[in-house]
Amino acid sequence: MKTIKFLSLVATAAILVTSCSDDDDAGPEEINEEEVITTMKVTLSPQQGATITLQSQDLDGDGPDAPVITVSGNLAANTTYEGEIELLNETESPAEDITEEVEEEGLDHQFVFVSTGSIATVDYDDVDAGGNPVGLEFILTTGDAGDATLAITLRHEPTKPNDGTLSGAGGETDFAQTFPLIVE
Amino acid sequence: MISLFMFLKTLISIILFGFIPLMVTAQDCSYSLSGTVMDYHSKDALIGATVSVIGSKKAVLSNLNGSYRLNGLCAGYIELEVFHPECPTLIIPLTIEGNQVYDIKLEHHLEELDEVKVVGNSIAEQTNSALEETLHLEELEIYSAGTIGDALKEITGVSSLNTGANIVKPAIHGLNGSRVLIMNDGVRMQDMEWGDEHAPNIDVNAAGSVSVVKGAAALQYGGDAIGGTIVVGPGRIPQIDSLYGKTMLTGSTNGRGGNLTSELTKSYKNGWFVKGQGSFKRLGDHKTPDYLLSNTGVKEAAASVQLGKHLFTSGWDVRYSFFNTELAVLRASHIGNVDDLIRAINSGEPQTIEPFTYDLENPRQKVTHHLAKLKYYNRFEGVGKWTAQYDFQRNRRFEYDIRRGEANNQASIDLLLTTHTFSTDFKWDAKEQFHLQFGLLGRYQENFPNPETEVRRLIPDYQKWDIGSFLLGEYRVNDALFLDAGVRYDFTNVEAQKFFQKTRWTERGYDTEFQDLIIRDTGSQYLVNPVFDFHNVTATVGGKYAVAQNGNIRFNYTLAQRAPNPSELFSDGLHHSAARIELGDLRMKSETSHKISASLENDYADWGWTVEPYANFIKDFIFLEPTGAEYTNRGAFPVWEYNQTDARLLGVDVMAFSNWTDQWSTEHQFSIVKGKDRVTDAPLIYMPPANFRNKLVFSKPTWKSFETSLESQYVFQQNEVPGNIAVFSPEQQQEVEVAINSAPEAYHVMAFTSKLEFPFHNGTKLTTSLSIHNLLNTSFRDYLNRQRYFADDLGRNITLQIKFNY
Repeated sequence: MKTIKFLSLVATAAILVTSCSDDDDAGPEEINEEEVITTMKVTLSPQQGATITLQSQDLDGDGPDAPVITVSGNLAANTTYEGEIELLNETESPAEDITEEVEEEGLDHQFVFVSTGSIATVDYDDVDAGGNPVGLEFILTTGDAGDATLAITLRHEPTKPNDGTLSGAGGETDFAQTFPLIVE
Repeated sequence: MISLFMFLKTLISIILFGFIPLMVTAQDCSYSLSGTVMDYHSKDALIGATVSVIGSKKAVLSNLNGSYRLNGLCAGYIELEVFHPECPTLIIPLTIEGNQVYDIKLEHHLEELDEVKVVGNSIAEQTNSALEETLHLEELEIYSAGTIGDALKEITGVSSLNTGANIVKPAIHGLNGSRVLIMNDGVRMQDMEWGDEHAPNIDVNAAGSVSVVKGAAALQYGGDAIGGTIVVGPGRIPQIDSLYGKTMLTGSTNGRGGNLTSELTKSYKNGWFVKGQGSFKRLGDHKTPDYLLSNTGVKEAAASVQLGKHLFTSGWDVRYSFFNTELAVLRASHIGNVDDLIRAINSGEPQTIEPFTYDLENPRQKVTHHLAKLKYYNRFEGVGKWTAQYDFQRNRRFEYDIRRGEANNQASIDLLLTTHTFSTDFKWDAKEQFHLQFGLLGRYQENFPNPETEVRRLIPDYQKWDIGSFLLGEYRVNDALFLDAGVRYDFTNVEAQKFFQKTRWTERGYDTEFQDLIIRDTGSQYLVNPVFDFHNVTATVGGKYAVAQNGNIRFNYTLAQRAPNPSELFSDGLHHSAARIELGDLRMKSETSHKISASLENDYADWGWTVEPYANFIKDFIFLEPTGAEYTNRGAFPVWEYNQTDARLLGVDVMAFSNWTDQWSTEHQFSIVKGKDRVTDAPLIYMPPANFRNKLVFSKPTWKSFETSLESQYVFQQNEVPGNIAVFSPEQQQEVEVAINSAPEAYHVMAFTSKLEFPFHNGTKLTTSLSIHNLLNTSFRDYLNRQRYFADDLGRNITLQIKFNY
């Protein structure tokens, strides 16, 4: 009999303890991921002539929709462009500028540029606190007229310094997109 | 007055000190005690029980009617000892006051051993007819610094799905996860078993024995164990006055760490007991034969306390256990996108190798499991035993990923799973030949994914109710033939609140079927409130037939149904740690398994063998498979989708042993399983490859119980795998094949063990053992290790263990 009393006491205590949970609010809170880079805008400004913008926008982040790539126009042959990269998270309103974060953590980030076709060279035009390139600013020089591609990859925690190739940089990919271009 | 007082005092003294001894010597020693020795449950007479008076030479045997008679007993307190070869020995205190009749009831059922007052290693079988195997304490102790999943692989037909060395998920007959039910001291583990990289939250050091039922036949525990049931039992506590314990220290070279475990039990003759146990494990980075596996350390702490009173007729116990593990996940397995995966697969070695450290960096997991249990039982004479139990579990899981900035210290997955279970059963065992067990279960479960992660939830908020009921019967036709049968019904209701990205909602086609589930539109997402009911039936029938002296034939058929788990229903999104997009499906139905298994067993004097073939046909089999890729601004990710198909698994487990001489013996095990998708006629993913193990054992008990063994394990290449997927690589600007399903080559590893025991006169004992895994430091990769894309498996590991029993 004693054990039964004891058991009922423990059971009552257990119910009291466990029934003190705190739900019944208005359903779960919505999460909008803050680290998503939905949009990359690349501005290519020549000394003379039209500024070209390249954009890759994926508003559903990791959702099923693929990124939408837009290129504002064709590049001019044998021209030097000053390149600048802007990264945004447009799932938030107003859009969050992720460029600053990459700039601040320059030691842990690097863009890698891989080009094919009529692009002659892509060179870094900025440095992090350690004197190594980041790639938010770069110089792109076109060659003769023809087709080209420019692949821009942002690596997180890359090996620094490196030889500017993807395998040399290592690390994880935070952003990767390839832009088809026409040089005329 | 004074003289009168003195007189009285003297008189009292005479009475007290003189007369009493006189009275004792003059007591009447002509009394008799008689009665019947019978079975507690059936009241059948027990023949040949020895009834003796402790401290005297009086002893008699019960006759053909079970009756006994002791003559010439003196009045006063005596203790009777009752011994019967098929029963635990019983001690009965009695006061003799004259000629008395006293009936003695003995516990005569071997399977009832769980509360009985004997120390023994006979572990009750969970079923009669299904395939079953048990690991005993000494086998478990070898894995003190490992995991329960490692230990379970000793059992033929059990493999594991690993994520590195620390996350070992047991698989039975090729099936893992929610299809493997784990009972931890009578409590069904609710520890998010749905994820591939979620290992059971059980400390191997807290287990006294582990039994594996290969299939769903043990339906008293649950109806959905399509793979099987793992029954982890605590050590048995004897009903004697005793204080005992053990401390074990294990050190391993691979990981440069080890484990310390200690336990202490205090038991009393009146049934009370209290037991405490704790262990702590710490390992740093593991290594392969050629390189270090950076970020593969582990830190684990576990403890349990148990208190109760176990008598034969009734008893109760409370238990609380705590398990905390923090484990690092191979740095090189954290990849960004499909190009990183291709690069990792092609390079053949990890992309990141750093100097050895004990530090646990991201990616890592941190899991805490609390379990509290309260159990009561009462036995009704001549009827049976009633048991009731309440248990509470709270499982908190954090998964940390490599993230930018301050978010790196914020978990990407933060789930809290709370479960309450109440269960009760009644076992009617009055008849010797026929037993019935009836049980009921109610369970409530709540999952809370913490929004502070700022990562979209992989598993949503949900509440789940389970109600179950079963009836099991076993019938002993004669000494050779046992039959058993059972039926179970389970109802599951799950209600979730989940956000879907609108694009995903449409892509999945939910907009045509489930549009009415939407309760809120936030702009880019829908909040959806799905409520699903599942009705599942499990049934089993089988028999065991003893052939002559040394053979057994078993046959079992089990029908089992399993409701889809939350992961299979609701998974949705990028699983960062696996760099894959995992998609569940709201349309999932319960899967239905028909499993037929048989066992042929023969044990002769010096050798024996067992052959266990089985076939499992699973309708609407739920499985996760790579189906393609989705493109994002971070590149392409492989998409893994939960799909349903009709599957067929055919397999056989073979075991044999031979004692060549008194000292030399060998053991042999072979198991193979073939899984096929019957719809597409393609192989099933993640089926364990054929496995052949041979062990040579030398033992010489007179040399301090010396025992040494050499084991060879050959794992064949899995030659039946699903096809690889082709993905457009943004980096290479072309379609490339990702070798995501290709199986690694066959491998052969050797293991060595040796053991010595040093008993001391005061009853304590020291045991030392040395074991070496992967003796030849062979490089290999295992198909069932999810990190096989990134790195080799573990190299040589030398483990030294010192155990002190006191």
